[in-house]
Amino acid sequence: MRKLILGIIVLSVLNACNNKQSKLPILGNREPVTKTVDGKSVVDTAYATIPDFKFVNQYADTITAKSLDGKIYVADFFFTTCPSICPVMHRNMLNVYKEFKDDGDFRIISHTIDPKYDTIPVLKRYADKMGITGNCWWLLHGNKGDTYNIAKSYLQTVQEKNPAGQFIHDGFFILIDKQKRIRGTYEGTDPKEVDKLIADIKILKAEPEQVATK
Amino acid sequence: MKLKLISGIFLLLTVLIVSCQSDEQVEFYRYYSGGSAIYQTHCQNCHGSKGEGLQALIPPLTDVAYLKNNKALLACFLKNGLKGKIIINGREFEGEMPADDLAPIEIAKVLTYVTNSFGNKMATINLQMVESDLKKCR
Repeated sequence: MRKLILGIIVLSVLNACNNKQSKLPILGNREPVTKTVDGKSVVDTAYATIPDFKFVNQYADTITAKSLDGKIYVADFFFTTCPSICPVMHRNMLNVYKEFKDDGDFRIISHTIDPKYDTIPVLKRYADKMGITGNCWWLLHGNKGDTYNIAKSYLQTVQEKNPAGQFIHDGFFILIDKQKRIRGTYEGTDPKEVDKLIADIKILKAEPEQVATK
Repeated sequence: MKLKLISGIFLLLTVLIVSCQSDEQVEFYRYYSGGSAIYQTHCQNCHGSKGEGLQALIPPLTDVAYLKNNKALLACFLKNGLKGKIIINGREFEGEMPADDLAPIEIAKVLTYVTNSFGNKMATINLQMVESDLKKCR
C-alpha cells in the first residue's frame, strides 16, 4: 500500500514536470470577492489589474487604458538618455516588435521616467531612429507622478534621479492580457528571457479566454 | 617515469613555443584580452556584443575606415565623450556618447580590442600612444 502511494506521488510529480505549459500564471495581488450568481452567493477570485491611466504617445495622441482594450501588451520603463540598461532593453524589445508588429491586437508601451527631457518630439525622434513605425510600439509621455504611480501597478520600482544624476529603474518587460492582468515579468536585458516572452505571448494569444475577448 | 619524461618534453615545447612569440604579439594579446573585459562592462550595453550598435541611435564599431582615419582621436573620444554629427558606414549619427572615467591603460586596452574586433584589424594601441594622444585632446 505504501509503495502504491509512493508510486502515485512519484508519477504525479513526473507528470507535473512533463506537462507542457499551455496557460500562463496570473500574477499580482488577488482577493476573494463574493458575487451573487442565480440568487446564490459564490466566492470568486479578483485579480489585480492595471488601473485606468492617461498618457500621450510619440504622435501626440492621447492613450488611455481604453486604447488597450482587447489588446495583449508589453510594458516597460525607460528614458532616452539612459546610458546603462535601456539600450540593451530596447535592442531586445526590437525582437518583440519585429515578431508582432503586424498584429493589430498587440502593443508595446514604453513609459519614459524622465518626462522633462523626453518631450513628445524627443520621443518621436527616438522612435524614428529606432525604426519604429505605425502603432505597434508607443512611447508614452506623462506627468511624472502618474508614471511613477502606474509603475507600482506593474510591480516595478522607479526612482528619482540619484545624486549622480541617474535614474534608477527596473529593467523588466511586463506582459499584460486583455483583462489587464499581469501574466509575466521578464528581465529585459537578458535575450533568453526576451525569447521566453515572445514564446509566452504566443501561448497567451492562444488561450481560449484571450481568443474570446475582442 | 615515462609519464614524467613525456610531460617534461611537453613543458619544454610549450615554453619554446611561447618564447617564440615576439614581444609585440605578447603585448597585443595582453591588451586585447584585457580590453575584451573592459568592453563588456563599459561599452557593450550600447554598442552591442558584436559592435553592431543600435539602429540609427547608436553607431556600430564596424567602420574600418572611420576608425583608421580617426585613430589618434579615439582616446579623446573615450575620455571626453563624443557629441555631434558623425558619418559611420555611410549613415549619419547624431547623439551623445557620455565620457567614461577610464584610466589611460584601460583606454589603450579597450581600443586595442575594438580596433581588432568586429572586422577591424589594426595594430596594438599601447599606453604610450594613448598618453600622447590624450595630451592633444581638444
